[in-house]
Amino acid sequence: MFWKKTATASAVALMSGLLPHVAAAQEASFDEQINQAIAPISNVIAGTIFYSIPVAGTAFPLIVGWLVIAATIFTLYFGFVQFRKFGHAISLVKGDYSHPEDAGEVSHFQALATALSGTVGLGNIAGVAVAVSIGGPGATFWMILAGLLGMASKFTECTLGVKYRNEYPDGRVSGGPMYYLSKGLAEQGRPGLGKVLAILFSVCCIGGAIGGGNMFQANQAFQQVVNVTGGENSFLAGSGWLFGLVMAIIVGVVIIGGIKSIAKVTEKIVPLMAVIYVTAGMIIIISNISMVGDAFAQIFVGAFTGAGVAGGVVGALIQGFKRAAFSNEAGIGSAAIAHAAVRTKEPITEGYVALLEPFIDTVVICTMTALVITISGELSSGLTGVELTSAAFASAFTWFPLILALAVVLFAFSTMLSWSYYGLKGWTYLVGEGKGKEIVFKLFFCLCVIVGASMSLGPVIDFSDSMIFAMAIPNIIGLYFLMSVVRGEVTQYWDKIERGEIKKVK
Amino acid sequence: MTDQPILVGYDGTDAAQRAAEFAGQRAAAVGCAVHLVFVLEWSPYSFLSTKELEERHQRRTEELSRAEETLKPALDALAKLKVPVTSEVRYGHSGELICAIAKEKNASQIILGRKGGSALGARLLGSLPLTLVQASPVPVTVVP
Repeated sequence: MFWKKTATASAVALMSGLLPHVAAAQEASFDEQINQAIAPISNVIAGTIFYSIPVAGTAFPLIVGWLVIAATIFTLYFGFVQFRKFGHAISLVKGDYSHPEDAGEVSHFQALATALSGTVGLGNIAGVAVAVSIGGPGATFWMILAGLLGMASKFTECTLGVKYRNEYPDGRVSGGPMYYLSKGLAEQGRPGLGKVLAILFSVCCIGGAIGGGNMFQANQAFQQVVNVTGGENSFLAGSGWLFGLVMAIIVGVVIIGGIKSIAKVTEKIVPLMAVIYVTAGMIIIISNISMVGDAFAQIFVGAFTGAGVAGGVVGALIQGFKRAAFSNEAGIGSAAIAHAAVRTKEPITEGYVALLEPFIDTVVICTMTALVITISGELSSGLTGVELTSAAFASAFTWFPLILALAVVLFAFSTMLSWSYYGLKGWTYLVGEGKGKEIVFKLFFCLCVIVGASMSLGPVIDFSDSMIFAMAIPNIIGLYFLMSVVRGEVTQYWDKIERGEIKKVK
Repeated sequence: MTDQPILVGYDGTDAAQRAAEFAGQRAAAVGCAVHLVFVLEWSPYSFLSTKELEERHQRRTEELSRAEETLKPALDALAKLKVPVTSEVRYGHSGELICAIAKEKNASQIILGRKGGSALGARLLGSLPLTLVQASPVPVTVVP
């Protein structure tokens, strides 16, 4: 329960630091205090989760292998479902199989869009920049590969998310790994193991919500805002806590106050921002089309030679795999929570739809970011994170950092909202539902926004990574037990299609 | 007596009530039935938050029962005129759906009320009567 210690430490830091700090107006020291209080704890957690073994002279974190091996096993077990059924997935999202009587219920498109809004975000902008700045352009190749394999993991977990969801008498629908782990394994005569895995998942899910779904987002949003307001000379530089406080209040107004209008506005603007980001990226790529061949050459050569990268090929591979997993969350289990609410009689259909998620997130958007960074030549600038992406886009459009700052803040905000929900689901699974219990979690979540914005990138990214990846341990153990259930679903679904029981309605 | 009903687009407003009553008089004169359609605007491609996904089925049930409730005064008024009346509540795009139902039910005509907004507002925001006048497969009557 490291995150609880984190909370206590941060609360103490807040209490002891706030008053004298305001009086003395020494913003920098306050941020440093929070940083110093939390860094040692995050180092311990990261060290545990990222336990590494030396491979070819470089440290290989076992957890990264855990995710990629799982994705490979699911890919083989389901016979490359991500390629064979890609067309069927598109057809389902378009609503070709949706019954007209179900109008007004959650459609496949809506479940996918909501799940995507939780994953497309800073991972695609900042995470990719971290990967290529450490792992070189070659990291991109491994990122794409991990994205393609991850589609099979997402397929497996989201099918189970729908199959074992809870439908309450009042009409609410709620699902996710905690439910398929406990119910699915109980069906197989392993109720004890199921329960333990579900509890473990819920604990890690809370940590992931606090880390990758919150502190990392707040941190990177703040970096970018400082960046566009003048870098080190910015009036905000060193005042991460202030930015975090404002952000925490807005998040709190939405998740505690239940003010829907702010969430409504964000959800209209976020897709627009995604479109602007992708369009700008495409324009840069197309206007430098002559350099794209060279960029891909760098990506391929880098992937297999690891030239100029610490750790060589393995270094590039680890960075690529890590950031892909962090960005598309395949095998982590979070998306299964969002996808579970869809209206369908066949759980497998949501599995097919969900496999599009890593494709859009990693294979399309992340690759685009990596290409822009590689083409821009900013890799040698020594920048990392969102600043690198910002500099790369600025080399084509000088005004782009401003748009990016807005996009980053909005992406961060929408990701925080999604993860506050995922975290809350883990929390209520552990302590039970109830207004008071939910508010405790939500308040703590808001507090972490302030902490995240105040810390420097290193400890934040380590903590985020470790908690998000920790979710994959119980989740994937469960997926191994339950993948035969998913295969059963596949067989009976295609039998029904063959017999004509399930037909296209359009 | 004809088996081609008159279709009425109904949303519970005063204008819709007037349209229903006007349709009732026409139906009584011709000797046909009235079919009331209540459309709840909905797109399967809109964006919902995670919380809204969780509660969608619950909300839909509530919306449907509220719509049935709203239909009541019109159903009563038509029953008083001794006109056979049926109704349905559907989710979707109102213009497309009313045209589709008109074909489905083999309706003789469509009758709706109008709220009387400005012409500019109708152009900018779209108006159901204008849409139906353009797209309907059967004659459309707009009741002021």
